[in-house]
Amino acid sequence: MGRTLAEKVWDQHVVRHGEGQEPDLLYIDLHLVHEVTSPQAFDGLRLAGRPVRRPDLTIATEDHNVPTVDILLPIADETSATQVATLRRNVEEFGVRLFSIGDLNQGIVHMIGPELGLTQPGTTVVCGDSHTSTHGAFGALAFGIGTSEVEHVLATQTLPLRPFKTMAIEIDGELRPGVTAKDVILAVIAQIGTGGGAGYVLEYRGEAVRTMSMEARMTMCNMSIEAGARAGMVAPDETTFAYLKGRPHAPEGAEWDAAEQVWRELRTDDDAEFDTVVHIDAAALTPYVTWGTNPGQGLPLGESVPDPAEMDDDDAAATRKALKYMALEPGTRLRDVAVDVVFLGSCTNARIEDLRAAAGVIRGKHVADSVRMLVVPGSMKVKAQAEEEGLDEVFTEAGAEWRSAGCSMCLGMNPDQLEPGQRCASTSNRNFEGRQGKGGRTHLVSPLVAAATAVRGTLSSPEDLTPSVLTLA
Amino acid sequence: MEKFSTHTGIGTPLRVSNVDTDQIIPAVYLKRVTRTGFEDGLFASWRSDPSFVLNTEPYNRGSVLVAGSDFGTGSSREHAVWALLDYGFRVVISSRFGEIFKGNSSKAGLLAATVEHSDVELLWKKIESRPGMELTVDLQAKTITAEDLVVRFDVDDYTRWRLLEGLDDIGLTLRHETDIDAYEETRPSHKPTTLV
Repeated sequence: MGRTLAEKVWDQHVVRHGEGQEPDLLYIDLHLVHEVTSPQAFDGLRLAGRPVRRPDLTIATEDHNVPTVDILLPIADETSATQVATLRRNVEEFGVRLFSIGDLNQGIVHMIGPELGLTQPGTTVVCGDSHTSTHGAFGALAFGIGTSEVEHVLATQTLPLRPFKTMAIEIDGELRPGVTAKDVILAVIAQIGTGGGAGYVLEYRGEAVRTMSMEARMTMCNMSIEAGARAGMVAPDETTFAYLKGRPHAPEGAEWDAAEQVWRELRTDDDAEFDTVVHIDAAALTPYVTWGTNPGQGLPLGESVPDPAEMDDDDAAATRKALKYMALEPGTRLRDVAVDVVFLGSCTNARIEDLRAAAGVIRGKHVADSVRMLVVPGSMKVKAQAEEEGLDEVFTEAGAEWRSAGCSMCLGMNPDQLEPGQRCASTSNRNFEGRQGKGGRTHLVSPLVAAATAVRGTLSSPEDLTPSVLTLA
Repeated sequence: MEKFSTHTGIGTPLRVSNVDTDQIIPAVYLKRVTRTGFEDGLFASWRSDPSFVLNTEPYNRGSVLVAGSDFGTGSSREHAVWALLDYGFRVVISSRFGEIFKGNSSKAGLLAATVEHSDVELLWKKIESRPGMELTVDLQAKTITAEDLVVRFDVDDYTRWRLLEGLDDIGLTLRHETDIDAYEETRPSHKPTTLV
């Protein structure tokens, strides 16, 4: 029987098949490191007297703790400063390459792998961060790991892994204008639930996926973990190769030709069978937003806040709890929900296409008086590109804040945080209680919805603006 | 890692489903560079509520947490496991766990025991019928005993073996270093490297 894409990549990385109780040992091609989940791992190496086995397959960046303004000043928060200083000491001692704040290659860890051409089809990629699933967009088997596993990979360049099941997410048909990869993935998670992907690697397939750009595919794979799946993948194709060609760490010349030949084999065989198949009708999708406190609690923007009275007991209890935290009344039209903050950023949606899309909506308009809008490019490369295109001016003229690269308001561990009770339309990936700052309330949205919401002050799509803006490629 | 065979301790019912790791420990508590000291961050935002289960006697002295489904979803932060351990928990019981959380638990010595959701309900009722009741979790037999109630739990064989033996993963892997060397010999030259 044929093999799925994920199984093929797995097979190519088995160092040894486990005997008895032991799982297979898999080789890791690329290990991305950041300051939050690595200090205890480096400590562990030091205690055991172990080196980093392959510094040449390891790369580090500073992203979670970093401020996104005044980036060249010392970090004011003492514990954040210590964590960043600890990373710098560790990479120095163990010989790992680091992109520090201020470096032109610095950015969110899941931005820089693809930008540098390090994320390649058929590789295994890990990082102490659950959004490592992003890299699956290239046909890599990429997943988040904990700190003990970070230490394991640093010491051995391998991981013992239990086999996974495979799930095909077939996105049939064409997306309508104004409907993005973010809307697709929010719809997928709403359909299968936050635990629906547990134990699976997802493979996104179908017509809508083939026509998506690499950046859109990354947005989709990024949020695979929000469906409970450790990894999400897209088979590489011409779009993938075109994205990679010429990037600093991409192969060149004869190496490229050899690589491309291998990459072209990386697709699920026609006679392969998935353990589960899920179908999504792309043409039926409209912009999605979340109303609750997990990414599965989402609905089309045109709908209203759900009523727990119409649900079974378990769902009703979870919904009541979520609505209480979100301060929402059942039956309220989602379009009538007013926000205080709009955050355009994160490893989900802070690439150049995301900024272009949002700028296209907001150009010549103004952020509502009641709204604060932060625009945070995912990497310094994206920041530079956007400035070259004049997007920074589009945003600042509209009254938004133009900032430097980092995780920023996606998670409350750097200065960019919501205040208690504030409501935010966010292009990030998690609407968990307190995720963006203690007491903050998050609605997950696409960059297009974020921009339109900033202008109107309530959850909106570009169609709601006058004159209606429905843009883009 | 310490060996784990059986554990007996007070059961704490956490009647919440979808407890993501941001709830177990908010990001602001992740800034320590040490492996211990995370107990203050455990369920930090919920602990400001006086009626939260960990603010009530005798549940605040529990070491076996019985939680709703999908416990430990979201972020990969192993700090969530460390916070539970630092607080005093040795076992978490749920009908489904976030996968990375489950993996992290097995590495750090916290037993993540999977049971049917109907058994979670039974355990909740049992514990609440006599708060302070001790549960015995037997990893060899894969059972949880609460007075006359005995519930079977699931844990994969490899994790069970490692916990029972107190084995360290890196040590186990390094026994196979020659296999890793041999694999590296076969890696295609077009694979990326990070150094310049």
